[in-house]
Amino acid sequence: MRYSIASLVANALTGNRNWKPVWREPEPKPAYDVVIVGGGGHGLATAHYLAKEHGITNVAVIDKSYLGSGNVGRNTTIVRSNYLLPENEPFYEWSMKLWEGLEQDLNYNTMVSQRGVLNVFHSDGQRDAFVRRGNAMLLHGADAQLLDREQVRTLVPFIDFDNARFPVRGGLLQPRGGTVRHDAVIWGYARSADTLGVDIIQNCAATGFRIENGRILGVETERGFIGAKTVALSVAGSSGRVAQMAGLRLPVESHALQAFVTEGIKPLLDTVITFGAGHFYCSQSDKGGLVFGGDIEGYNSYAQRGNLPAVEDVAEGGMALMPAIGRLRILRSWAGLLDMSMDGSPIMDHTPVEGLYFNGGWCYGGFKATPAAGWCFAHLIATGQPHPHATAYRFDRFGTGRVIDEKGVGAQPNLH
Amino acid sequence: MRITCPYCGERALDEFTYRGDATVKRPDSLDENTAEAWVDYVYLRDNPAGPHKELWHHGAGCHAWLEVTRDTVTHEILDVAFARKGC
Repeated sequence: MRYSIASLVANALTGNRNWKPVWREPEPKPAYDVVIVGGGGHGLATAHYLAKEHGITNVAVIDKSYLGSGNVGRNTTIVRSNYLLPENEPFYEWSMKLWEGLEQDLNYNTMVSQRGVLNVFHSDGQRDAFVRRGNAMLLHGADAQLLDREQVRTLVPFIDFDNARFPVRGGLLQPRGGTVRHDAVIWGYARSADTLGVDIIQNCAATGFRIENGRILGVETERGFIGAKTVALSVAGSSGRVAQMAGLRLPVESHALQAFVTEGIKPLLDTVITFGAGHFYCSQSDKGGLVFGGDIEGYNSYAQRGNLPAVEDVAEGGMALMPAIGRLRILRSWAGLLDMSMDGSPIMDHTPVEGLYFNGGWCYGGFKATPAAGWCFAHLIATGQPHPHATAYRFDRFGTGRVIDEKGVGAQPNLH
Repeated sequence: MRITCPYCGERALDEFTYRGDATVKRPDSLDENTAEAWVDYVYLRDNPAGPHKELWHHGAGCHAWLEVTRDTVTHEILDVAFARKGC
Protein backbone atom coordinates (compact mmCIF):
# COMPACT_ATOMS: atom_id res chain seq x y z
CA MET A 1 0.00 0.00 0.00
CA ARG A 2 1.22 3.46 -0.86
CA TYR A 3 0.52 6.33 1.49
CA SER A 4 -1.29 9.37 0.16
CA ILE A 5 -3.48 12.19 1.39
CA ALA A 6 -6.49 10.15 0.25
CA SER A 7 -5.45 7.06 2.25
CA LEU A 8 -4.78 9.18 5.35
CA VAL A 9 -8.20 10.86 5.13
CA ALA A 10 -10.00 7.58 4.41
CA ASN A 11 -8.38 5.84 7.39
CA ALA A 12 -8.93 8.83 9.68
CA LEU A 13 -12.64 8.85 8.83
CA THR A 14 -12.90 5.13 9.69
CA GLY A 15 -11.23 5.55 13.07
CA ASN A 16 -7.80 4.27 11.95
CA ARG A 17 -9.09 0.69 12.38
CA ASN A 18 -8.27 -0.49 8.87
CA TRP A 19 -4.50 0.03 8.65
CA LYS A 20 -2.76 -3.21 7.71
CA PRO A 21 0.65 -4.41 8.94
CA VAL A 22 3.23 -2.90 6.62
CA TRP A 23 5.31 -6.03 6.19
CA ARG A 24 4.56 -9.77 6.16
CA GLU A 25 5.89 -12.32 8.63
CA PRO A 26 6.69 -15.20 6.26
CA GLU A 27 8.05 -18.63 7.10
CA PRO A 28 11.56 -19.10 5.70
CA LYS A 29 11.69 -20.86 2.33
CA PRO A 30 14.21 -23.74 1.88
CA ALA A 31 16.49 -21.56 -0.25
CA TYR A 32 17.01 -18.06 -1.64
CA ASP A 33 19.36 -16.41 -4.10
CA VAL A 34 20.61 -14.10 -1.33
CA VAL A 35 20.32 -14.36 2.45
CA ILE A 36 21.23 -11.21 4.35
CA VAL A 37 22.19 -11.89 7.96
CA GLY A 38 21.19 -8.89 10.08
CA GLY A 39 17.92 -6.98 9.73
CA GLY A 40 19.28 -3.65 10.87
CA GLY A 41 19.36 -0.46 8.86
CA HIS A 42 22.18 -1.68 6.63
CA GLY A 43 20.73 -5.14 6.04
CA LEU A 44 17.28 -3.86 5.10
CA ALA A 45 18.69 -1.03 3.00
CA THR A 46 20.76 -3.64 1.17
CA ALA A 47 17.62 -5.72 0.55
CA HIS A 48 15.71 -2.64 -0.67
CA TYR A 49 18.41 -1.62 -3.17
CA LEU A 50 19.05 -5.23 -4.28
CA ALA A 51 15.38 -5.48 -5.22
CA LYS A 52 14.85 -1.98 -6.53
CA GLU A 53 18.14 -1.20 -8.29
CA HIS A 54 19.25 -4.69 -9.33
CA GLY A 55 15.99 -6.64 -9.66
CA ILE A 56 17.12 -9.34 -7.21
CA THR A 57 14.04 -10.17 -5.16
CA ASN A 58 14.50 -13.82 -4.15
CA VAL A 59 16.05 -12.52 -0.95
CA ALA A 60 15.62 -13.17 2.77
CA VAL A 61 16.74 -10.94 5.60
CA ILE A 62 17.11 -12.82 8.88
CA ASP A 63 17.54 -11.19 12.29
CA LYS A 64 18.06 -12.61 15.76
CA SER A 65 15.45 -10.28 17.27
CA TYR A 66 12.73 -7.85 16.16
CA LEU A 67 13.33 -5.04 13.67
CA GLY A 68 14.75 -1.91 15.25
CA SER A 69 16.03 -3.68 18.38
CA GLY A 70 19.70 -3.12 17.59
CA ASN A 71 21.88 -0.20 16.66
CA VAL A 72 19.43 1.38 14.24
CA GLY A 73 17.21 2.16 17.22
CA ARG A 74 20.06 3.06 19.58
CA ASN A 75 21.99 5.79 17.79
CA THR A 76 21.62 9.56 18.19
CA THR A 77 20.05 9.94 14.70
CA ILE A 78 22.68 12.33 13.31
CA VAL A 79 23.46 12.37 9.58
CA ARG A 80 26.37 14.29 8.06
CA SER A 81 29.10 14.00 5.44
CA ASN A 82 31.91 15.99 7.04
CA TYR A 83 34.83 13.63 6.47
CA LEU A 84 38.36 14.55 5.50
CA LEU A 85 39.90 11.61 3.65
CA PRO A 86 39.25 10.98 -0.06
CA GLU A 87 38.41 7.31 0.65
CA ASN A 88 35.55 8.39 2.94
CA GLU A 89 34.08 11.71 1.83
CA PRO A 90 32.59 10.62 -1.54
CA PHE A 91 30.90 7.67 0.18
CA TYR A 92 29.35 9.73 2.97
CA GLU A 93 28.33 12.50 0.56
CA TRP A 94 26.54 9.87 -1.54
CA SER A 95 24.81 8.75 1.64
CA MET A 96 23.78 12.38 2.31
CA LYS A 97 22.28 12.63 -1.17
CA LEU A 98 20.35 9.38 -0.64
CA TRP A 99 19.02 10.74 2.69
CA GLU A 100 17.79 13.80 0.83
CA GLY A 101 15.72 11.66 -1.52
CA LEU A 102 14.83 8.86 0.88
CA GLU A 103 11.24 9.82 1.69
CA GLN A 104 10.34 9.97 -2.00
CA ASP A 105 12.19 6.72 -2.71
CA LEU A 106 10.43 4.84 0.11
CA ASN A 107 7.11 6.72 0.09
CA TYR A 108 7.60 6.88 3.85
CA ASN A 109 8.02 9.80 6.23
CA THR A 110 11.45 9.26 7.75
CA MET A 111 11.49 12.82 9.13
CA VAL A 112 14.72 13.84 7.42
CA SER A 113 15.54 17.15 9.11
CA GLN A 114 18.41 19.09 7.55
CA ARG A 115 18.86 21.31 10.56
CA GLY A 116 22.63 21.56 10.11
CA VAL A 117 25.59 20.05 11.95
CA LEU A 118 27.78 22.60 13.73
CA ASN A 119 31.25 21.62 14.97
CA VAL A 120 32.55 24.42 17.20
CA PHE A 121 36.30 25.03 17.55
CA HIS A 122 38.26 26.53 20.40
CA SER A 123 41.76 27.41 19.18
CA ASP A 124 43.65 28.71 16.16
CA GLY A 125 45.09 25.27 15.47
CA GLN A 126 41.69 23.65 15.55
CA ARG A 127 40.35 26.36 13.24
CA ASP A 128 43.05 25.49 10.70
CA ALA A 129 42.17 21.79 10.93
CA PHE A 130 38.48 22.56 10.36
CA VAL A 131 39.27 24.82 7.39
CA ARG A 132 41.15 21.90 5.87
CA ARG A 133 38.26 19.54 6.53
CA GLY A 134 35.73 22.03 5.12
CA ASN A 135 37.78 22.45 1.97
CA ALA A 136 38.02 18.66 1.56
CA MET A 137 34.24 18.48 1.82
CA LEU A 138 33.77 21.23 -0.79
CA LEU A 139 36.18 19.48 -3.16
CA HIS A 140 33.94 16.41 -3.06
CA GLY A 141 30.76 18.36 -3.71
CA ALA A 142 29.51 18.54 -0.12
CA ASP A 143 28.60 21.79 1.63
CA ALA A 144 30.63 23.45 4.37
CA GLN A 145 30.72 26.92 5.89
CA LEU A 146 33.31 28.40 8.20
CA LEU A 147 31.60 30.51 10.85
CA ASP A 148 33.25 33.09 13.06
CA ARG A 149 32.36 33.50 16.69
CA GLU A 150 29.54 36.00 16.06
CA GLN A 151 27.97 33.81 13.37
CA VAL A 152 28.01 30.87 15.80
CA ARG A 153 26.35 33.16 18.36
CA THR A 154 23.39 33.78 16.05
CA LEU A 155 22.79 29.99 15.84
CA VAL A 156 23.38 29.00 19.47
CA PRO A 157 23.45 32.12 21.67
CA PHE A 158 23.33 30.14 24.91
CA ILE A 159 26.61 28.17 24.69
CA ASP A 160 29.60 29.15 26.83
CA PHE A 161 31.55 31.43 24.46
CA ASP A 162 33.86 32.70 27.20
CA ASN A 163 34.72 29.41 28.87
CA ALA A 164 38.07 30.11 30.55
CA ARG A 165 39.72 27.01 29.15
CA PHE A 166 37.83 26.39 25.91
CA PRO A 167 36.51 29.70 24.54
CA VAL A 168 34.44 29.29 21.37
CA ARG A 169 36.35 30.78 18.41
CA GLY A 170 33.95 29.74 15.64
CA GLY A 171 32.58 26.69 13.94
CA LEU A 172 32.39 24.52 10.86
CA LEU A 173 28.78 24.18 9.71
CA GLN A 174 27.37 21.62 7.31
CA PRO A 175 23.89 23.04 6.62
CA ARG A 176 22.69 19.88 4.82
CA GLY A 177 23.52 17.66 7.79
CA GLY A 178 20.95 17.04 10.49
CA THR A 179 18.89 14.24 11.97
CA VAL A 180 16.59 11.48 10.71
CA ARG A 181 13.98 9.58 12.72
CA HIS A 182 15.89 6.32 13.08
CA ASP A 183 12.92 3.99 13.71
CA ALA A 184 11.16 5.33 10.62
CA VAL A 185 14.27 4.51 8.58
CA ILE A 186 14.07 0.83 9.50
CA TRP A 187 10.29 0.71 9.08
CA GLY A 188 10.48 2.45 5.72
CA TYR A 189 13.19 0.17 4.34
CA ALA A 190 11.43 -2.93 5.71
CA ARG A 191 8.12 -1.94 4.16
CA SER A 192 9.73 -1.23 0.81
CA ALA A 193 11.81 -4.41 0.73
CA ASP A 194 8.79 -6.50 1.74
CA THR A 195 6.64 -4.90 -0.95
CA LEU A 196 9.30 -5.75 -3.54
CA GLY A 197 9.18 -9.42 -2.51
CA VAL A 198 11.92 -9.74 0.13
CA ASP A 199 11.14 -12.10 3.04
CA ILE A 200 11.93 -10.47 6.39
CA ILE A 201 12.33 -13.20 9.02
CA GLN A 202 12.53 -11.88 12.57
CA ASN A 203 13.57 -13.83 15.67
CA CYS A 204 15.68 -16.18 13.57
CA ALA A 205 19.31 -16.05 14.70
CA ALA A 206 22.05 -17.46 12.49
CA THR A 207 23.75 -20.32 14.33
CA GLY A 208 26.28 -21.39 11.74
CA PHE A 209 27.26 -21.44 8.08
CA ARG A 210 27.37 -24.40 5.72
CA ILE A 211 30.58 -24.15 3.71
CA GLU A 212 31.90 -26.80 1.32
CA ASN A 213 35.10 -26.59 -0.72
CA GLY A 214 35.46 -22.93 0.17
CA ARG A 215 31.98 -22.04 -1.04
CA ILE A 216 28.98 -20.92 0.99
CA LEU A 217 25.90 -23.12 0.70
CA GLY A 218 23.62 -21.47 3.22
CA VAL A 219 22.95 -20.45 6.80
CA GLU A 220 22.03 -22.63 9.77
CA THR A 221 19.41 -20.80 11.81
CA GLU A 222 17.22 -21.29 14.85
CA ARG A 223 14.46 -22.15 12.40
CA GLY A 224 16.41 -24.62 10.32
CA PHE A 225 18.80 -24.52 7.40
CA ILE A 226 18.27 -21.87 4.72
CA GLY A 227 20.14 -22.48 1.48
CA ALA A 228 21.65 -19.54 -0.41
CA LYS A 229 23.98 -18.91 -3.33
CA THR A 230 25.06 -15.72 -1.64
CA VAL A 231 25.18 -14.85 2.05
CA ALA A 232 25.73 -11.24 3.09
CA LEU A 233 26.75 -10.41 6.65
CA SER A 234 25.53 -7.06 7.91
CA VAL A 235 25.71 -7.45 11.68
CA ALA A 236 27.95 -4.59 12.85
CA GLY A 237 28.42 -4.76 16.60
CA SER A 238 28.25 -8.54 16.50
CA SER A 239 30.52 -9.08 13.50
CA GLY A 240 33.14 -10.80 15.65
CA ARG A 241 30.91 -13.59 16.85
CA VAL A 242 29.08 -14.07 13.54
CA ALA A 243 32.25 -14.09 11.43
CA GLN A 244 33.76 -16.58 13.87
CA MET A 245 31.07 -19.08 12.81
CA ALA A 246 32.47 -18.81 9.27
CA GLY A 247 36.04 -19.23 10.52
CA LEU A 248 37.03 -15.61 9.93
CA ARG A 249 39.14 -13.38 12.18
CA LEU A 250 38.46 -9.68 11.69
CA PRO A 251 40.41 -6.45 12.24
CA VAL A 252 37.64 -5.44 14.63
CA GLU A 253 36.96 -5.12 18.36
CA SER A 254 33.41 -4.85 19.68
CA HIS A 255 32.83 -1.85 21.94
CA ALA A 256 29.80 -0.21 23.58
CA LEU A 257 28.70 3.41 23.13
CA GLN A 258 26.18 5.07 25.41
CA ALA A 259 23.55 7.65 24.50
CA PHE A 260 21.26 9.75 26.66
CA VAL A 261 18.01 11.71 26.50
CA THR A 262 16.76 14.35 28.92
CA GLU A 263 13.25 15.32 29.92
CA GLY A 264 11.44 17.34 27.26
CA ILE A 265 11.89 21.11 27.24
CA LYS A 266 10.73 23.96 25.02
CA PRO A 267 12.67 24.52 21.78
CA LEU A 268 16.26 25.35 22.66
CA LEU A 269 18.54 23.82 20.05
CA ASP A 270 17.56 23.84 16.36
CA THR A 271 20.78 22.36 14.99
CA VAL A 272 23.16 19.52 15.84
CA ILE A 273 26.08 20.83 17.86
CA THR A 274 29.39 19.18 18.74
CA PHE A 275 31.98 20.28 21.30
CA GLY A 276 35.49 20.65 19.91
CA ALA A 277 37.49 20.32 23.11
CA GLY A 278 35.96 17.10 24.36
CA HIS A 279 33.62 14.52 22.93
CA PHE A 280 30.00 15.66 23.20
CA TYR A 281 27.31 15.97 20.52
CA CYS A 282 23.71 17.00 21.01
CA SER A 283 20.43 17.65 19.21
CA GLN A 284 16.88 18.24 20.37
CA SER A 285 14.23 15.70 19.46
CA ASP A 286 10.78 16.67 18.23
CA LYS A 287 9.41 15.67 21.64
CA GLY A 288 11.74 18.24 23.25
CA GLY A 289 14.31 15.97 24.87
CA LEU A 290 17.98 16.68 24.35
CA VAL A 291 19.59 13.63 22.76
CA PHE A 292 23.34 13.42 23.30
CA GLY A 293 26.40 11.21 23.57
CA GLY A 294 30.18 11.19 23.61
CA ASP A 295 33.06 8.74 23.71
CA ILE A 296 32.84 4.98 23.43
CA GLU A 297 33.46 2.91 26.56
CA GLY A 298 36.93 1.95 25.40
CA TYR A 299 37.13 -1.76 26.25
CA ASN A 300 35.80 -4.86 24.45
CA SER A 301 32.12 -5.33 25.22
CA TYR A 302 29.06 -7.16 23.95
CA ALA A 303 26.93 -5.92 26.86
CA GLN A 304 24.74 -3.15 25.31
CA ARG A 305 25.36 -1.09 28.45
CA GLY A 306 28.18 1.09 29.68
CA ASN A 307 29.79 2.25 32.89
CA LEU A 308 29.80 5.46 34.92
CA PRO A 309 33.16 7.00 33.86
CA ALA A 310 31.79 7.51 30.33
CA VAL A 311 28.59 9.03 31.74
CA GLU A 312 30.66 11.48 33.79
CA ASP A 313 32.84 12.37 30.80
CA VAL A 314 29.82 13.06 28.57
CA ALA A 315 28.15 15.16 31.28
CA GLU A 316 31.33 17.20 31.78
CA GLY A 317 31.57 17.84 28.04
CA GLY A 318 27.95 18.95 27.94
CA MET A 319 28.42 21.29 30.89
CA ALA A 320 31.57 22.82 29.40
CA LEU A 321 29.75 23.63 26.15
CA MET A 322 26.18 24.32 27.31
CA PRO A 323 26.04 25.13 31.05
CA ALA A 324 22.34 25.97 30.65
CA ILE A 325 21.48 22.25 30.52
CA GLY A 326 22.94 21.56 33.97
CA ARG A 327 19.62 21.32 35.76
CA LEU A 328 17.94 19.06 33.23
CA ARG A 329 17.28 15.52 34.33
CA ILE A 330 18.45 12.63 32.19
CA LEU A 331 15.48 10.38 31.55
CA ARG A 332 17.15 7.41 29.92
CA SER A 333 20.52 6.10 28.92
CA TRP A 334 21.31 3.04 26.87
CA ALA A 335 24.12 1.61 24.76
CA GLY A 336 24.67 0.03 21.38
CA LEU A 337 27.44 -2.26 20.19
CA LEU A 338 30.03 -1.08 17.70
CA ASP A 339 32.42 -2.86 15.37
CA MET A 340 35.49 -0.73 16.14
CA SER A 341 37.82 -1.41 13.24
CA MET A 342 41.57 -1.07 13.50
CA ASP A 343 41.73 2.13 11.43
CA GLY A 344 38.34 3.60 12.35
CA SER A 345 36.87 3.02 8.88
CA PRO A 346 34.40 0.44 7.59
CA ILE A 347 34.89 -2.80 5.67
CA MET A 348 32.70 -3.85 2.73
CA ASP A 349 34.22 -6.68 0.74
CA HIS A 350 34.33 -10.28 -0.41
CA THR A 351 35.56 -12.77 2.18
CA PRO A 352 37.86 -15.76 1.58
CA VAL A 353 34.67 -17.90 1.46
CA GLU A 354 33.22 -17.77 -2.05
CA GLY A 355 29.71 -16.30 -2.02
CA LEU A 356 30.08 -14.84 1.48
CA TYR A 357 30.16 -11.03 1.64
CA PHE A 358 30.93 -8.82 4.60
CA ASN A 359 29.69 -5.36 5.60
CA GLY A 360 30.84 -4.09 9.00
CA GLY A 361 33.45 -2.18 10.94
CA TRP A 362 31.27 0.95 10.99
CA CYS A 363 32.61 2.12 14.36
CA TYR A 364 30.23 4.76 15.79
CA GLY A 365 29.22 6.05 12.31
CA GLY A 366 26.96 3.38 10.89
CA PHE A 367 23.63 5.17 11.04
CA LYS A 368 24.54 8.10 8.78
CA ALA A 369 25.99 5.57 6.33
CA THR A 370 22.80 3.48 6.16
CA PRO A 371 21.54 4.41 2.65
CA ALA A 372 24.95 4.40 0.96
CA ALA A 373 26.01 1.23 2.77
CA GLY A 374 22.87 -0.49 1.49
CA TRP A 375 23.38 0.97 -1.99
CA CYS A 376 27.05 -0.04 -2.24
CA PHE A 377 26.66 -3.45 -0.55
CA ALA A 378 23.80 -4.30 -2.93
CA HIS A 379 26.06 -3.27 -5.82
CA LEU A 380 28.86 -5.52 -4.54
CA ILE A 381 26.49 -8.49 -4.09
CA ALA A 382 24.75 -8.03 -7.45
CA THR A 383 27.80 -7.36 -9.62
CA GLY A 384 30.68 -8.90 -7.65
CA GLN A 385 32.51 -5.57 -7.98
CA PRO A 386 32.84 -2.87 -5.31
CA HIS A 387 30.83 0.28 -5.93
CA PRO A 388 33.11 3.19 -6.97
CA HIS A 389 32.31 5.03 -3.71
CA ALA A 390 33.34 2.05 -1.59
CA THR A 391 36.41 0.67 -3.34
CA ALA A 392 38.72 1.55 -0.45
CA TYR A 393 36.78 -0.42 2.18
CA ARG A 394 38.74 -3.63 1.58
CA PHE A 395 39.96 -6.28 4.00
CA ASP A 396 43.42 -6.31 2.48
CA ARG A 397 44.14 -2.65 3.27
CA PHE A 398 45.49 -3.71 6.66
CA GLY A 399 48.08 -5.91 4.99
CA THR A 400 48.97 -3.48 2.19
CA GLY A 401 49.18 -0.47 4.48
CA ARG A 402 46.44 1.49 2.70
CA VAL A 403 44.53 2.04 5.94
CA ILE A 404 41.92 4.81 6.19
CA ASP A 405 42.70 6.48 9.49
CA GLU A 406 40.67 9.75 9.83
CA LYS A 407 42.15 10.48 13.24
CA GLY A 408 45.67 9.25 12.59
CA VAL A 409 45.98 7.21 15.77
CA GLY A 410 46.97 3.79 14.42
CA ALA A 411 45.71 0.31 15.22
CA GLN A 412 44.13 1.12 18.59
CA PRO A 413 40.33 0.88 18.19
CA ASN A 414 39.39 2.74 21.36
CA LEU A 415 41.20 5.88 20.16
CA HIS A 416 39.27 6.24 16.89
CA MET B 1 33.18 -1.99 36.71
CA ARG B 2 35.99 -2.13 39.30
CA ILE B 3 39.34 -3.83 38.91
CA THR B 4 41.23 -5.36 41.82
CA CYS B 5 44.86 -4.38 41.28
CA PRO B 6 47.27 -6.85 42.93
CA TYR B 7 49.18 -3.92 44.48
CA CYS B 8 46.46 -1.35 45.16
CA GLY B 9 43.31 -3.38 45.81
CA GLU B 10 39.89 -2.75 44.31
CA ARG B 11 39.88 0.50 42.31
CA ALA B 12 37.43 2.36 40.06
CA LEU B 13 37.50 1.87 36.29
CA ASP B 14 38.63 5.43 35.55
CA GLU B 15 42.03 4.77 37.18
CA PHE B 16 42.84 2.31 34.39
CA THR B 17 43.61 2.60 30.67
CA TYR B 18 42.73 -0.15 28.23
CA ARG B 19 45.25 -1.52 25.74
CA GLY B 20 43.46 -4.52 24.25
CA ASP B 21 43.76 -8.27 23.66
CA ALA B 22 46.56 -9.79 25.75
CA THR B 23 46.83 -12.99 23.74
CA VAL B 24 48.26 -11.63 20.47
CA LYS B 25 51.84 -12.72 19.82
CA ARG B 26 54.48 -10.33 18.50
CA PRO B 27 56.47 -12.02 15.71
CA ASP B 28 60.10 -12.72 16.49
CA SER B 29 61.78 -11.03 13.58
CA LEU B 30 61.43 -8.44 10.85
CA ASP B 31 62.10 -11.13 8.25
CA GLU B 32 59.94 -10.69 5.13
CA ASN B 33 58.42 -14.10 5.68
CA THR B 34 56.75 -12.86 8.85
CA ALA B 35 54.65 -10.19 7.06
CA GLU B 36 51.44 -12.16 7.56
CA ALA B 37 52.25 -12.79 11.18
CA TRP B 38 52.71 -9.03 11.66
CA VAL B 39 49.31 -8.28 10.09
CA ASP B 40 47.83 -10.87 12.42
CA TYR B 41 49.55 -9.35 15.46
CA VAL B 42 48.77 -5.71 14.70
CA TYR B 43 45.25 -5.97 13.26
CA LEU B 44 43.40 -9.28 13.66
CA ARG B 45 41.53 -10.12 16.86
CA ASP B 46 39.46 -13.04 18.17
CA ASN B 47 37.07 -10.50 19.76
CA PRO B 48 35.22 -13.16 21.80
CA ALA B 49 31.79 -12.79 23.39
CA GLY B 50 32.69 -14.20 26.81
CA PRO B 51 35.98 -14.46 28.76
CA HIS B 52 38.67 -12.22 27.26
CA LYS B 53 42.30 -11.80 28.37
CA GLU B 54 43.20 -8.14 28.06
CA LEU B 55 45.84 -5.60 29.09
CA TRP B 56 45.04 -2.68 31.41
CA HIS B 57 47.46 -0.03 32.72
CA HIS B 58 46.91 1.24 36.26
CA GLY B 59 47.93 4.80 35.32
CA ALA B 60 46.28 6.55 38.26
CA GLY B 61 47.73 4.03 40.70
CA CYS B 62 50.85 1.90 40.75
CA HIS B 63 51.55 2.12 36.96
CA ALA B 64 51.57 -1.66 36.67
CA TRP B 65 50.45 -3.38 33.46
CA LEU B 66 47.81 -5.95 34.33
CA GLU B 67 46.47 -8.96 32.47
CA VAL B 68 42.78 -8.99 33.30
CA THR B 69 40.40 -11.81 32.38
CA ARG B 70 36.97 -10.29 31.94
CA ASP B 71 33.66 -11.49 30.51
CA THR B 72 32.78 -9.16 27.61
CA VAL B 73 29.08 -10.05 27.87
CA THR B 74 28.59 -9.42 31.62
CA HIS B 75 31.67 -7.21 32.39
CA GLU B 76 32.48 -9.57 35.28
CA ILE B 77 36.18 -9.54 36.20
CA LEU B 78 37.29 -13.18 36.44
CA ASP B 79 41.00 -12.78 37.18
CA VAL B 80 43.69 -10.13 37.52
CA ALA B 81 47.42 -10.85 37.25
CA PHE B 82 50.57 -8.88 36.42
CA ALA B 83 51.18 -8.77 32.70
CA ARG B 84 54.90 -9.35 33.23
CA LYS B 85 55.29 -13.01 34.07
CA GLY B 86 57.18 -13.87 37.23
CA CYS B 87 56.28 -10.72 39.18
